[in-house]
Amino acid sequence: MSFSSKLDQIFILLQHWIAGFFPQALQPVVGTILGVVAIVAAFPGIFALTTVLERKGLGRMQNRLGPNRVGPLGILQPVADGIKSLTKEDIVPLSADALVHFLAPVVLVVAIFLCYAVLPVGRNMVLMNMDAGLLFFFAIGASTELSIFMAGWSSRNKYSLLGAMRAVAQMISYEVPLLLSSVVAVMITGSLSTVKIVEAQSGFTGWFPHWYVFTPWGFAGFVLFVIAALAETNRSPFDLPEGESELVAGYFTEYSGFKFALFFLGEYLGMFSIAGFAITLFLGGWGAPLSVLGFIPSWAWFFAKLFGAIFFFIWLRGTMPRLRQDQLMNFAWKFMLPMALLNLLVAGAWRFLGEGWSRWVICSVVLIGAYVLLGRVLMRGQHLGPRSYRYAD
Amino acid sequence: MLGEGMLKGLAETAKNFAGSFVSEERLTTVQYPEERITPIENTRDFPFLVYDGTDPMAGLRCVACQICEKECPPKCIYIVKSTDKKPDFVGKMQIYPARFDIDISVCMSCQICVEVCPFEAIKMDTEFELSTTDRFGGLLFDRDHLSKSNEHYHKIHPTEAAEVDARLADEKAKADAKAKAAAEAAAAKAAAASAAPAKSKEAATVPQEVPAAAKEAPVKEPGA
Amino acid sequence: MIFGLGIAFLLTSALTVAGAVAAAVLKNLVHCALSLTVTFAGLALLYLELGAQFAGFSQILVYIGAVAILVVFAILLTRGAAVPEYRNYSSSWFLGLAIAAAVFALLTWAVTKSLPASETVSAPAVNVQSIGVALMSTYVLPLEIVAVLLTVALIGAVIVAMPESREPKSSLERSGK
Repeated sequence: MSFSSKLDQIFILLQHWIAGFFPQALQPVVGTILGVVAIVAAFPGIFALTTVLERKGLGRMQNRLGPNRVGPLGILQPVADGIKSLTKEDIVPLSADALVHFLAPVVLVVAIFLCYAVLPVGRNMVLMNMDAGLLFFFAIGASTELSIFMAGWSSRNKYSLLGAMRAVAQMISYEVPLLLSSVVAVMITGSLSTVKIVEAQSGFTGWFPHWYVFTPWGFAGFVLFVIAALAETNRSPFDLPEGESELVAGYFTEYSGFKFALFFLGEYLGMFSIAGFAITLFLGGWGAPLSVLGFIPSWAWFFAKLFGAIFFFIWLRGTMPRLRQDQLMNFAWKFMLPMALLNLLVAGAWRFLGEGWSRWVICSVVLIGAYVLLGRVLMRGQHLGPRSYRYAD
Repeated sequence: MLGEGMLKGLAETAKNFAGSFVSEERLTTVQYPEERITPIENTRDFPFLVYDGTDPMAGLRCVACQICEKECPPKCIYIVKSTDKKPDFVGKMQIYPARFDIDISVCMSCQICVEVCPFEAIKMDTEFELSTTDRFGGLLFDRDHLSKSNEHYHKIHPTEAAEVDARLADEKAKADAKAKAAAEAAAAKAAAASAAPAKSKEAATVPQEVPAAAKEAPVKEPGA
Repeated sequence: MIFGLGIAFLLTSALTVAGAVAAAVLKNLVHCALSLTVTFAGLALLYLELGAQFAGFSQILVYIGAVAILVVFAILLTRGAAVPEYRNYSSSWFLGLAIAAAVFALLTWAVTKSLPASETVSAPAVNVQSIGVALMSTYVLPLEIVAVLLTVALIGAVIVAMPESREPKSSLERSGK
């Protein structure tokens, strides 16, 4: 194997080498356990890095420095945060439902970790190559809504309950456009397996990659998927259920110390896994953007794209104001759902129109036309513009 | 409508982010306590007592009139008058404050004491790093702690101090002129009274009396 | 193998049955809903053990992700969330038990009757693609009927939830625009 392909497969080779120390019968189990250990070590590490990057990035966007006292440039801030959350007193309200209160963060974190099992982080580097991988991801993602409800209800607090209701309503509403916008990638690939979807995008025409995002339906699907992903993980601008100025802390009001840290961990890990899926479905997974750059290992490309997506999410958080609950719901049902259905139609037309420039033009025109039309129609009844004030004279 | 507002917003934030690494105006943080901003001249924190010259006791302008104590809204000033008099900076005998305590944990920096003082004796300081671990005694400042020189006042509030000095000098000049006029009138009266008996003795004493009268005038209280 | 059944099957079915019994017996209604969710999860695991990936994941997606949430919302938006002081057993519990036993006997008879004579029958290899092909060719009519039914349900929900048509706008509102 050449050096660059060895570097590409370095983790797989490491896995085989370690498993080689064990008897033959146990080797698959040991290999899987090593993969699990790698996931549990890598993604919470990225979580720690992201908390400090987010605070510093948001700070710079708001004309200030982020945390810079703990370690050089504030890099060790997550260590300080971790120690703080471990040493805080764990307060459970007297009238709270103790068992459900305890289980809610556990269910969230377990469900979120399960989602990483079908994420291909590199060539041959997926924990479980399931035939229905994408369906597994969405099924487990739907279970996280239940844990949010458990958290909000068991606290016996009006604000928690209200926040949990809003969060669950938001997550259910945005799940439909999420699934529909991911179905286009499945349709064109012909398989639900994430590995096959990435492999279908690994070709190049000249030096241009075959990523789905560079097609009209893929671009629309990608935009819809990213918006729905932001809403699924309660991330700005859809963070009404957990906004501090709105609802104290929403459904995690009554959680303190390590359980709060677990919720935080679960939320960020969910963000990473859904960003990872956006990359897998539309941005070519672990593929390089130009064929000449193929010598860089595939896992390096995946994590570079993941960090790009994380930076984009932080950028959005620093820019957008929060959406109100009714604006959220209107957006999901009146805009995103019709666009996702239309996208399905356009992807089907793409498949059957055959090769050539005509399908590009037709699909682009239909999508852009529908976007403009829908935007106009939805804005028709509203009077927006600079606000004018009338003062008492 | 088509999302261009969002793109404009994203561009603005990106400019902020990129600019914060290169330009000063995009990153306005002052990293206290390593860097500090110099306070502007009108800064006020807690009061202090002004003394002229180098000796705090001799030059203290405060005459314990207790006006500031009465006017202070949260009543944070506590004054005890002295029983004796001591000469102040210009030599006139004045009472002075035996105790002058300000409790800065109570003081609300309203500056009313400064506004009502007729002697320009109490002014606002600009020091704010006054944290102490002694909760009660550490925040009760006594007369010696509060006395600071006129040079310090010039340093922290230059234009105000210049104005105050000009005003005080003005009043002193007026008082001087008044005293001189009074002394001249008294001298003229004395000269006229003893004009007839001893004209020759006058010619000898008048040049002596006038310098004596002139010497008396500056001793008079300026700006009573 | 205990009783001729695998240990995985025994554990999963114990979990499922325990969840179902808890759902019927617990006092707090939301606890019952959550135990029902555990039952659904147990069922999904059973499907996965039988090798039916699609059915198992659909079970999780539909039952846990949607039906359980629906049950919980229904409990919360009505007054069922208050915990009753005492257990509320109906007076005709014996009849209920008898009917349950009869249904169980019927199902057991149907299942045992349908097992083939020899025990070594391998499961057919089903993948998602074959399910898709079957849906679009053999079972296309049920698929379309289900689609129509879901559309009708969606339209019905929108109609039920739509606000009443308002009175004509007052002059105040008209001048404000």
